[in-house]
Amino acid sequence: MSHGGEWTISGARVGALVRRYWYLLRSSWPRLLDLVYWPAVQMLMWGFLQTYMAQADGTLARTGATFLGAVLLWDILFRGQIGFSISFLEEMWSRNLANLMMSPLRPVEFVAALMIMSVIRLAIGIVPVSLMAIAFFGFNLWGMGLALVAFFVNLILTSWAVGLFTAGVLLRNGLGAENLAWTLMFLLLPLTCVYYPVAALPGWLQTVAWTLPPTYVFEGMRALMLDHVFRADLMAWALGLNLVLITGAAVAFLALLRSARHQGSLLQMGE
Amino acid sequence: MPEAPAIAVDRLVKRYKTGTAVDGISFAVAAGSVTGLLGGNGAGKTTTIAMIMGLVMPTSGTVRVLGAAMPDERYRVLHRMNFQSPYVEMPLRLTVRQNLAVFAQLYGVDDVARRIGRLAEDLDLVDLLDRPTGKLSAGQKTRVALAKALLNRPALMLLDEPTASLDPDTADWVRTRLEDYRRATGATILLASHNMAEVERLCDRVIMMKRGRIEDDDTPAALLARYGRDTLEEVFLDVARGRAEAGPRPADETRQAESDARTESAPHEAAR
Repeated sequence: MSHGGEWTISGARVGALVRRYWYLLRSSWPRLLDLVYWPAVQMLMWGFLQTYMAQADGTLARTGATFLGAVLLWDILFRGQIGFSISFLEEMWSRNLANLMMSPLRPVEFVAALMIMSVIRLAIGIVPVSLMAIAFFGFNLWGMGLALVAFFVNLILTSWAVGLFTAGVLLRNGLGAENLAWTLMFLLLPLTCVYYPVAALPGWLQTVAWTLPPTYVFEGMRALMLDHVFRADLMAWALGLNLVLITGAAVAFLALLRSARHQGSLLQMGE
Repeated sequence: MPEAPAIAVDRLVKRYKTGTAVDGISFAVAAGSVTGLLGGNGAGKTTTIAMIMGLVMPTSGTVRVLGAAMPDERYRVLHRMNFQSPYVEMPLRLTVRQNLAVFAQLYGVDDVARRIGRLAEDLDLVDLLDRPTGKLSAGQKTRVALAKALLNRPALMLLDEPTASLDPDTADWVRTRLEDYRRATGATILLASHNMAEVERLCDRVIMMKRGRIEDDDTPAALLARYGRDTLEEVFLDVARGRAEAGPRPADETRQAESDARTESAPHEAAR
């Protein structure tokens, strides 16, 4: 095994950490149930609302027709970040972080393992719920085809960026900042126009919305579902903004980790 | 040419907003030695160990561990080090075997199953391997933490109160295992402890800290002689409470007492 510098990545070390999270997930049925429970409840609620609104005429019915797609894509964004953050929080809750920080594990490997776990946790939640959406409402998320891949990549990148920034804040400030992990993404819920078009926002807020990558994804989803057009331009914008966002989050994470080493926060991981 | 020290600390300072935790300490730990870091709460022991591990950045000064400058070159040597502390736990829901397997992989241990099996036999963990770590008693958890600390056959072990809150029997058992490991491998051990009997038994040398500074630094026997005390606990109290009347004796008297102490401790050393 390589014992190189800070930026060396060892598949074995990343695998070790993924294995640790997998053991944990496997050992706890409430943790597994939690991955499916809330996405299923949300899907059912929005699905019934969509069915009800479909009986109306005009714009309302047209907007309502995208609710199921919106809620499932929102889940990718939200659950992706939560999957990343919870795996990180597990280390703090179990007081294991110092063990990891004093091991040969590099920060970049730690982050890679958190990213892998966010996708695994997301898959456990979203796959059964998307199948339920087919069974209950005849809505096939997978029918979006390659567009879904573009949506997924952009949403997961945003979720990792938010997760990475949150992890840095937790390292620096301890569990007192835990609520941030649960609530930060909700700031994006109104701004990224999950359930309504960007045009519904006041002008100045539209400018803010267009700085956020998920806005492009949800607009792209509506274009696909309502107009049957795949907007590659929107996906390219989202990808570009995501690269900026994730770079910024990585810089912030490393700065906060460095600050935690200066402040001795890694020794006291309580509140 | 003398062997390079396993740890070399030079004018190390750590200041927090709330005060100075470590205040310009310098010391070197010889390879293969067992050194005790003693001091009351807030003396700076844990911060010193954390800086040696690269977990905390010094405000100023340098730390070299196994030849690597910490924390910048820590990845050159972290795989040759390990640590144990009762204040750091392993994931409680994972079984002992799972926890050890994860850490073995993190440390790049070859033939993980065999290594875990060997440690389980040595540390009497065979029956515990498939139990969740959270279901173990304090003593059992300490043995698991020791197994984790020994997984990569470290050349340097940093132990922060390795027997805290253990019953005397388990504590004695842990000390014996540490002595065995050191004897078998020639590893260097730096030990922070409040337990004076432990320090007297295990350590070749004692560094006494108070308010972030080194107050004294010598072999246990020499310290006993210098302070004119029978136990390290009494010496510890003298240093901690700053008792002037019990301070070091004049130099000539000290030399004579140290000479006596060395004579007395020789059979003890041979027995170890």
